[in-house]
Amino acid sequence: MEKIKKVSRHITQNEPLLFERSRPGAVGYKLPPLDVPAIEPQEVIGSKLLRNDDLEGLPELSEPDVVRHFIRLSTWNYATDLGMFPLGSCTMKYNPKINEWAARLEGFTESHPMAPESAVQGSLEIIYLAQELLKEITGMAAVTVQPAAGAHGEMTGIMMIRAHLEKQGNARKKVLIPDSAHGTNPASAVICGYAVETIPSDKRGLTDLAELEKRMDDTVAGLMLTNPNTLGLFEENIEQICKLVHERGGLVYMDGANMNALCGITRPGDMGVDVLHMNLHKTMSTPHGGGGPGAGPVAVSATLEPYLPVPLVVKQGEQFRFDYDRPDSIGRVKAFYGNFLVLVRAVCYILSLGPDGLKLNTEAAVLNANYLAHHLRNTYEIPYDGKIMHEVVFSDKNQLKYGVRNGDIAKRLIDYGFHPPTMSFPLIVPGALMVEPTESESRQELDLFIDAMKSIAREAEENPDLVKNAPYSTRIGRLDEVSAARNPILRWHPSQE
Amino acid sequence: MRYVPNSAEERAKMLEEIGVTSIEELFSSIPEHLRLKKLLDLPPARSEAELIIFFKEVAAKNANLVSFLGAGVYNHFRPIIIDTIISRSEFYTTYTPYQPEIAQGTLQAIFEYQTMICQLTGMEVANASMYDGSTALAEALLMAVRITKRRKVLLPQALHPDYRQVVETYMKRGGIVYEYVPFSISGITNADAIAADTSTAAVVIQSPNFFGIIEDISAVAEKAHAAGSLLIAVVTEAISLALLKSPGECGADIVVGEGQSFGVPVGFGGPHVGFFASKTKFQRQMPGRLIGQAYDATGKRGFVITLATREQHIRREKASSNICTNQGLCMLMSTVYLATMGRRGLREVALQNVAKATYAARSIAELQGYKLMFDAPFFNEFVVKTPIPADQIVERLASEGILAGVALGRFYGGLENALLVCVTEQNTRQQIDDLIAGLRHFAEEQ
Repeated sequence: MEKIKKVSRHITQNEPLLFERSRPGAVGYKLPPLDVPAIEPQEVIGSKLLRNDDLEGLPELSEPDVVRHFIRLSTWNYATDLGMFPLGSCTMKYNPKINEWAARLEGFTESHPMAPESAVQGSLEIIYLAQELLKEITGMAAVTVQPAAGAHGEMTGIMMIRAHLEKQGNARKKVLIPDSAHGTNPASAVICGYAVETIPSDKRGLTDLAELEKRMDDTVAGLMLTNPNTLGLFEENIEQICKLVHERGGLVYMDGANMNALCGITRPGDMGVDVLHMNLHKTMSTPHGGGGPGAGPVAVSATLEPYLPVPLVVKQGEQFRFDYDRPDSIGRVKAFYGNFLVLVRAVCYILSLGPDGLKLNTEAAVLNANYLAHHLRNTYEIPYDGKIMHEVVFSDKNQLKYGVRNGDIAKRLIDYGFHPPTMSFPLIVPGALMVEPTESESRQELDLFIDAMKSIAREAEENPDLVKNAPYSTRIGRLDEVSAARNPILRWHPSQE
Repeated sequence: MRYVPNSAEERAKMLEEIGVTSIEELFSSIPEHLRLKKLLDLPPARSEAELIIFFKEVAAKNANLVSFLGAGVYNHFRPIIIDTIISRSEFYTTYTPYQPEIAQGTLQAIFEYQTMICQLTGMEVANASMYDGSTALAEALLMAVRITKRRKVLLPQALHPDYRQVVETYMKRGGIVYEYVPFSISGITNADAIAADTSTAAVVIQSPNFFGIIEDISAVAEKAHAAGSLLIAVVTEAISLALLKSPGECGADIVVGEGQSFGVPVGFGGPHVGFFASKTKFQRQMPGRLIGQAYDATGKRGFVITLATREQHIRREKASSNICTNQGLCMLMSTVYLATMGRRGLREVALQNVAKATYAARSIAELQGYKLMFDAPFFNEFVVKTPIPADQIVERLASEGILAGVALGRFYGGLENALLVCVTEQNTRQQIDDLIAGLRHFAEEQ
């Protein structure tokens, strides 16, 4: 283990399931005494509608039991506050703590979505600010902050495209999606009633213009394009692409998952795209939370503005209010107004950076990715080695001859103290390792990562089994996922004890 | 910039090392004329001290009032340890547990959450979360359409109005027909009016419904099943599950709902957490992440994302849903809440809600000019018939420090003189008495 500079072993405590820890009679709560007459539920509700299992099976625990349980679990996780988390296209950047503080202000956490507008002016101001800030950053005409996540934003965007085309008399049949796209793109298009046709990438990893030219006909509602794409490459022909799609009556959806490469440098609104979503949990540093909550605001051109979900927040004089009077709106995509407390964090982040900070972030992120590519290019293949932006996609081609695959490299990286990159994606790169360092990594951490990757490449050559059986430093080894899927156990049962 | 570790000198050195003369060169693949020539028109960067002042000021613009608002978002007590635990960096600064060896904390917590959602809903399998209750319902309907290969759904008029709007948005684009089932004068969905037939994929029932009334899910389930349709139960007030017969026991095929009541802040409507539960026979049609038990080569138990072949990152356009990022941290809040309140606390909270709501409802019904709109049993919300339009009462009492409830006129034509009042364990008897005194006022003005 001497060559591993970043981590050393540490005790890790065992912890059973809540249900296995539960002891009859233990309690971890105390309510204020009931200050109105007690009621027998049988009297007012009737026993036919009441449950009679006495909630058997739910845990009984004291407060210290609960705290220890979850804090022990927490120590089994890797996290961005512990080290580099280079998941490509996920933008695992630092989550500033002031954002967390702002989102926990009681004025925000206790404001109720059904309260009169006069009682929630502060919350409305935050939504309005989020709309305005994101408009300027994207260069688009209008923004909705209602969608709860990126995929939800995609769906919202395609629904608006559909609504617009329907209004013109023909919704059309299908959506074109490059083969390098995230899986949510095709899945979102299908929810909106469209078939999906895949466009191959060209040799450089960009959208194949000739193929687009061939397929873009009057059955195509539009194109969904990620820019920069999932290979970390800017779609250089973006203007021609938009022009071509527009000339043939379609619209262009830009997946803004990779906006961390563009903020302050260029704006989708200037490129000709009609609609895009941003992932605030990526570009705007709101925490990923172990799988959400995110936020997927959608920005649109003037053409699509009438179709935005209701309500928007507008400013009248010094007052903020909801605007429901939008007859062409696609309707609501989520109850209430979006993941509001996530918006508080994002607004705090944008205000803390300012225009120069936002631009510097982008530059630092792209520099970090290029630095990694530069130092690892001779060790790991970069199949589409163009002008790399915020992320770089390596493959396991050089290691495969020793029988070592990308998944093995990923697991071995864990022993070196790093979270693995995004694996086996994009699909057009066999054995992909997609690395996005973000601007939050120091050169020292990047150098440790480079060291680790080179060291693993040497191990693959000299002792492939060492890599193939990794990790060694974790509390459990590789889990048998095939058996888990064949005979799924998706909940605890008392009989398991 | 305080969030970028590399100094200007260090960045210059890195540029030199990689053989690039200027930072602009790294962006040369963006056509020159598309690159911004000036900074974005955004407010200048603020220091932490300035941000603290700014956000305190904005938050203070929200009025701090005694609240009787519910309608899908409930003011329940949140044990302090919820925020202690979710503030652990290992939970909130990590991501979807794609690498199980270093994500067992998240994975085990989800497995525990799935288990407790199954226990409370009376179902066999639950997923790791949906965005919220409304989108969970829309996804349940799409799932029912996939399972039955039928394209019509029946929704109750007494469904939460935001949920109705969300479902309509999803159904329209998917080409699915929806029809509404009216409610009776008791406030209960009229089971006799449910015309499920061989084209009906699903019948939806919300209980407690938007008016707070507890529905007879079993009766609706019988109607649905007689036509070969699925019964989808929706729960917007999750605390009710601690007291009421579980939807699963009543015959539901899919149970969805809003988990906000389990320890998630009101937060102006989000982020909250949708739950989604069903039967084992339908698990391969479910949307969202599922966590399952697995073992390593030495026999140690762990947990992994499983049955992923339903999901978009593998199946793309053939996936059961487009959902990817969901509500992980809110799910964790719920798990901590359920563990802390536990078997005994959940029931006690539910009983306090019933007692306080009953006290409030009886007291208001005694006021001259007021009565209860519906006579069916309710949980912690009820509709009051008011002597003047309810929105006027809400505005006036708000200026006196009380959010009296939700005026129903904007959601239901003909219910202008109806106020939806919610009373939880957070409302003291004094607050309830103040509300009653405030309401009395309007009757006297008549």
